[in-house]
Amino acid sequence: MNISLVAKGQPEQMHRHHLLSRRSPDEWALGGILLIGIAALTVAVVAPLYTLLSKSVQDHDGNFVGLDNFATYVSTPSLVSSISHSLTVALLSTLIVTTLAFCAAYAITRTRLPGKGLFRTILVLPILAPSLLPAISLVYLFGNQGILKEMLMGESIYGPIGIVIGSCFWTFPHALMILLTALANSDARLYESAKVLGASPFRTFLTVTLPSVKYGLISTAFVVFTLVITDFGVPKVIGGQFNVLATDIYKQVIGQQNFEMGAAVSVILLLPALLTFIADRWVQRRQSAMLTSKAVPWTPEKRPLADNLFTGILLLLSIIILGMIGMAIYASLVTFWPYNLNLTFKNYQFDLMDGGGWEAYWNSIRMATYTALFGTFFIFFNAYLVEKLKGFGIAKFLFHLMAILPLAVPGLVLGLAYIFYFNSPSNPLNGIYGTMVILVICTISHFYTVCHLTAVTALKQIDPEFESVSASLKVPQFVTFWRVSLPVCLPAVLEIGIYLFVNAMTTVSAVIFLYSYNTMLASVAVLNMDDAGDIAPAAAMAVMIMLTCVVAKLVHWVISTILLQKTQRWRTRVTEGATS
Amino acid sequence: MKLKAVVKRLAVLVSAAVCSLSAYASQTELTVYTAIEAEDLKKYAARFNEDHPDIKINWVRDSTGIITAKLLAEKENPQADVVWGLAATSLMLLDGEKMLQSYKPEGYDKLSRKFRDNQAEPVWTGMDAWMAAVCFNTVEAEKLGLPKPTSWEDLTKPIYQNHIIMPNPNSSGTGFLDVSSWLQLFGEEKGWKYMEGLHQNISRYTHSGSKPCKLAAAGETPIGISFAFRAAKSKKAGAPLEIIFPSEGLGWDMEATAIVKGTRKLAAAQTLVNWTVSRKANETYNEGYAVVAMPGIAKPVEYFPENAEDLMIDNDFSWAAANRDRILAEWQKRFDGKSEAK
Repeated sequence: MNISLVAKGQPEQMHRHHLLSRRSPDEWALGGILLIGIAALTVAVVAPLYTLLSKSVQDHDGNFVGLDNFATYVSTPSLVSSISHSLTVALLSTLIVTTLAFCAAYAITRTRLPGKGLFRTILVLPILAPSLLPAISLVYLFGNQGILKEMLMGESIYGPIGIVIGSCFWTFPHALMILLTALANSDARLYESAKVLGASPFRTFLTVTLPSVKYGLISTAFVVFTLVITDFGVPKVIGGQFNVLATDIYKQVIGQQNFEMGAAVSVILLLPALLTFIADRWVQRRQSAMLTSKAVPWTPEKRPLADNLFTGILLLLSIIILGMIGMAIYASLVTFWPYNLNLTFKNYQFDLMDGGGWEAYWNSIRMATYTALFGTFFIFFNAYLVEKLKGFGIAKFLFHLMAILPLAVPGLVLGLAYIFYFNSPSNPLNGIYGTMVILVICTISHFYTVCHLTAVTALKQIDPEFESVSASLKVPQFVTFWRVSLPVCLPAVLEIGIYLFVNAMTTVSAVIFLYSYNTMLASVAVLNMDDAGDIAPAAAMAVMIMLTCVVAKLVHWVISTILLQKTQRWRTRVTEGATS
Repeated sequence: MKLKAVVKRLAVLVSAAVCSLSAYASQTELTVYTAIEAEDLKKYAARFNEDHPDIKINWVRDSTGIITAKLLAEKENPQADVVWGLAATSLMLLDGEKMLQSYKPEGYDKLSRKFRDNQAEPVWTGMDAWMAAVCFNTVEAEKLGLPKPTSWEDLTKPIYQNHIIMPNPNSSGTGFLDVSSWLQLFGEEKGWKYMEGLHQNISRYTHSGSKPCKLAAAGETPIGISFAFRAAKSKKAGAPLEIIFPSEGLGWDMEATAIVKGTRKLAAAQTLVNWTVSRKANETYNEGYAVVAMPGIAKPVEYFPENAEDLMIDNDFSWAAANRDRILAEWQKRFDGKSEAK
């Protein structure tokens, strides 16, 4: 009996020993870094959220009450309508944005249209402006005094129509960013095979192009859906009577200071994110790497019909976006809309009016720079570990889950959660409360998911063979990361950096709870100026923020052109003659 | 000789350092949370510093709802030393959480009774009143052929259907102020009946209290129920507004001041609060607000009626606070659920 047990146990032990010894020291080191990453996300995302969301099962005095808050919320008459409203608006926006962003991304990456760079710049403009800017434009365009009011045919902009237009406008660049990355890498050999096998362009699209971007496409849909369903900025300003879940949180927390009830609604809002995560896992298992180590970059051919169609789509989208922004710029120059339409520059004299003035503007730039620098490094390196590290299954799973979570959290909830968590006297980190550091951490956390998904999408397209080959050549994985993964993914890395920068410039919902007297931000100033009735100066500050982001974009463009010339030359196909 | 020079130089250095240190030490910094209009903050701080240059005010300003939520969320470890200029109802809420330090500032007894806390150990003091008003856009009204309303009752007339915007009391303190004042003016039963009638004419409820007036100023709606201070500001900026103070009486709240419990700078905080009830402070408030805490000093303010104080209802704040949850739930049941049925 005893002997047999021992005999049984021994090979198992040996097996485990064998497994352990197979892991190289640098794999251990990288695993350790991943664990540090998990700890960081625990502190920056999970723990604060737990502090706030645990209130959903407590009463005002902190006693455990089970699901009472949920029961109360379910019994309020407006709830059922809030849920169906939220779903309708989010589904509709997702459908519109995913379709349009896919067309645009396809046109930019897979056709030979002239002026693609220009279109690309115009299409990401919405992300460069604070959310109040489209709200102001929509009112000036389609409100009761709006110049295009007739286009709504008697319908009011204050309601579902306004929410859908506003949501589409601000989520479009998010979707475009993921899809551009998904479509950027292609393997010409597949297209050549399709051609040789006589497949029509449409069939090639269905059998080669679509499967290769399936992951990006589904990520996009979930990102847009979750962004829309958790956003309260657009519904608050333009939603009118149309109750959605996110404005219900606003009513509970800001209107009635009922944190427990606000937490309960927030928990309900986490469900779509959970769904995102499950679906993401499911799709991921079915996505194989499209960019194998033998891949040959594909160069699009000229196709007159398709090219014209896509030019039309890009033009239409650009006109809509430029129209909205143009209206906001006009709004910032008008003396008093709509009764005194004389143009003036006085709205740009921020030092004469209050709301933080230029100091807030410089604070915003500092905050955005730190966020972009530290955020990009942390996010990309950890995404790399999640994708390319062997073993550490549970750690990778946990990290991925934590990285998806922030997307589902309305900024308002994140901001409050940070107060409860970081301001607590028992938290050893409470020294960062009220400083620039907490603003940076909060902003990185708030925008974590889209960056993480972009990084993962880019990394997924690199064949794991690179790692295996280097491992068998005894090249440390750090070196493979530095020499292969990072250069190949450089476009995505730069995208993440600029994404963090511009979002840090424009974000309001979370940081509004966290700024202090010496860290006032420009985006908050925009909101406060609008709040004080100074719509034109608010529009002016919003335009300033947008211009700053445009400049940042230009810098980004110059840097990426220089770097890409050095690192992405492999993407352009060298002719046979030249190589031999 | 040489040594002497060095010592001399050192002495100068040390004394300079000591001087600058003591100057630094004598400047106390107070973190003050507020919901006062941003453009007034510099003025308030400057007037205070004329009398107390040794105390520096670091403002944290946001809307009433955000500042109140922030203060409550920071309960475990308060960051503010003083709250100067927040709705008294918010301060009562904080007091209910035992977050405020009781203090009776010098000159407390000189304030009107309704601007005083009136507890045995008062925790807050009123500054100025902040009253309801109706913004009426004359240009849009003329286009639509709407007569000028003069009372709350007028607003229920069918001619105003879909032409009125008011704040949602579930999101906005101003909205709650309106609802609670109607219930107090007309009595519970008639009050709700009044709101049923008004609801027929409301085109939408906003989340912000100042928004209805801003929308009226921009011609988005002919009539916005909001508050007088915002109305006067918009009119001054050039909006074609007529500010109406309904004849039945006006709901009001006050901006008030309190010391946050646990502040490490109690002496400076008390100095500041003493100043906020002074005559000079009240004169400063009077530059924007028609009714201030100290009786007899208020001068008429542009666009406000001279009898502004008489129009204010006898607002029972403790009744409103005690019944707030019930009123909001009832309001939500009646109006929020069915409001998008059309």
